[in-house]
Amino acid sequence: MRMVFAQTLTELARTDKDICLVTPDMGYSILDCFEKEFPDRFFNVGIAEQNAVSVAAGLALSGKKPYVYSIIPFVTMRCFEQIRVDVAYMNTNVKLVGVGAGFEYGAAGYTHQGVEDFSVMRCLPNMIVCGAGDNREMEEIVKQSTQIKTPMYMRIGRHNKGIFNHTDNIIVGKASVLEEGEDIALIGVSNMMPDVMDYAKKLKAQGRKPYIISMHTVKPIDKDLILSLVDKGVEINTFEEHTIIGGLGSAVAEVIAESGKAVKFKRYGVPDKFSHYVGNQYYIKEKFGLNFDK
Amino acid sequence: MLPVTEIRKEILDMGYRSKASHLGSALSLVEILYTLYFKVANYSKDNYQEPTRDKIVLSKGHGSAALYAVLHKKGIISDEAINHYSVNGGILPCHIDMTAAPGFEASAGALGHGIGIAVGLAMAKKMDDLPGHVYTIIGDGEAQEGSVWEAAELASTRHLDNFTVIVDFNEIQASGFSNKIIDQRNLSERFKSFGFTVYDVDGHNIEELEKVLKIPSDKPKAIVAHTIKGKGVKFMEGTVHSHYVRLNDELYAQALAELEDK
Ligand SMILES: Cc1ncc(C[n+]2csc(CCOP(=O)(O)OP(=O)(O)O)c2C)c(N)n1
Repeated sequence: MRMVFAQTLTELARTDKDICLVTPDMGYSILDCFEKEFPDRFFNVGIAEQNAVSVAAGLALSGKKPYVYSIIPFVTMRCFEQIRVDVAYMNTNVKLVGVGAGFEYGAAGYTHQGVEDFSVMRCLPNMIVCGAGDNREMEEIVKQSTQIKTPMYMRIGRHNKGIFNHTDNIIVGKASVLEEGEDIALIGVSNMMPDVMDYAKKLKAQGRKPYIISMHTVKPIDKDLILSLVDKGVEINTFEEHTIIGGLGSAVAEVIAESGKAVKFKRYGVPDKFSHYVGNQYYIKEKFGLNFDK
Repeated sequence: MLPVTEIRKEILDMGYRSKASHLGSALSLVEILYTLYFKVANYSKDNYQEPTRDKIVLSKGHGSAALYAVLHKKGIISDEAINHYSVNGGILPCHIDMTAAPGFEASAGALGHGIGIAVGLAMAKKMDDLPGHVYTIIGDGEAQEGSVWEAAELASTRHLDNFTVIVDFNEIQASGFSNKIIDQRNLSERFKSFGFTVYDVDGHNIEELEKVLKIPSDKPKAIVAHTIKGKGVKFMEGTVHSHYVRLNDELYAQALAELEDK
């Protein structure tokens, strides 16, 4: 997914001279394609995330379209106040790009894991929040991002399970219904899409008919879709490699709670607890009951 | 085998078993940590839980393998923990989790935090009139974080003569050569202007390191230790790649064969 981001942005930069890439010393080998072709629009600003975001805001105020790329905690939380004021409040056209969704940096430890990004980005007005579930969604989100003039956060994950979203209407702000169902809706985001597919298979074997939905935009959340499920009385489950506080599950729960109606509902995600586990992504997900392949 | 070679061998063994990266960052640190823990600091298996002892904060937490190997040699980290570095069901992660094993002052991994924590530790010693010095080690790339300079300006304003920062100045960071990304050739002068007593040394020379670490100073001290990223293993030395390389059978064998013992 990182390569898809870098290659798509490079392609877009050929016709859009305002696109530039800012990185606080990340993206070794991944961002090479952009740097080689557009050395004048590639800025490694040093290991200084707070300044990277402020500088990007300055570029955006001058009509540029800066993308700031780093590992999730460093491009969302290290520089949160710069994002809050210089990007969200000032409504500057800065795109934040975070790699290492969920426990992708498993054995690196908690400092490198990305499990609160949706929550902290979602609470900021003006901020659009996306998490692609596969490479097709990634490509579409990057393409559409160049046409969106407001702040945006893109979470980049990783899995080698291929493409799930074959629909031809991947639109930022709209959920993608990958499969229609009847009695239960599985709504996933980012890294959890392969798990959603696994879980759907299991449910089908039990005779259930799940909707499979990729909520690649967590904010603004696709209310219409959720309300239509609630109207039909469909049970809803959400799946995110992210804390259950404030992310996809919370966003969906808020819509259900204010609908005036009730459906069965469950959030799958990381509980309110630090991971002190040492191991790879699969190992840590297993500890939190987030693998559905068995 | 020299003690520092044994430490390097252990770093390579840990890297081979786990396939973890950041080997170059750990190899660069070996003499600095060895000198601190074995020649300078009042820190041992018997007193590491005492508040009066010296404290050492590895701010560049991605060099953790070197710290683990040194604390293992000190008898503070167990064989079991070392054998469970960065593997599934492991004990020691690639960045420091202070709850994982004894001997750590702080968790680390996000750059530019440890130096501030170290200043806090030094201030607390002053408040409680406790003896002991606080040392912290940062990378040259890490020195680009504004928080490093926020900690530095406070250390000199508060006359923290019990505080020393050591810069592992290997001139390489995650995506290239440091001075090309941010020009820091004047790093020593910067620390001087921030009110530090500054020494430039060969960061692989134990005698030199020991000497400057032991010179008393009435101001906070900065030691700019000129080092080589990947030091001791020829194919890693001075390369950006040493930040990322993972040891397969072949590279592990080559690394052992090239491991320099002097
Ligand atoms: C706040 C923060 N930003 C980015 C990173 C990712 N990162 C880890 S090591 C590193 C380079 C560090 O370079 P340097 O301090 O020179 O240490 P070296 O590995 O060269 O010894 C980077 C950017 C991080 N760990 N923390």
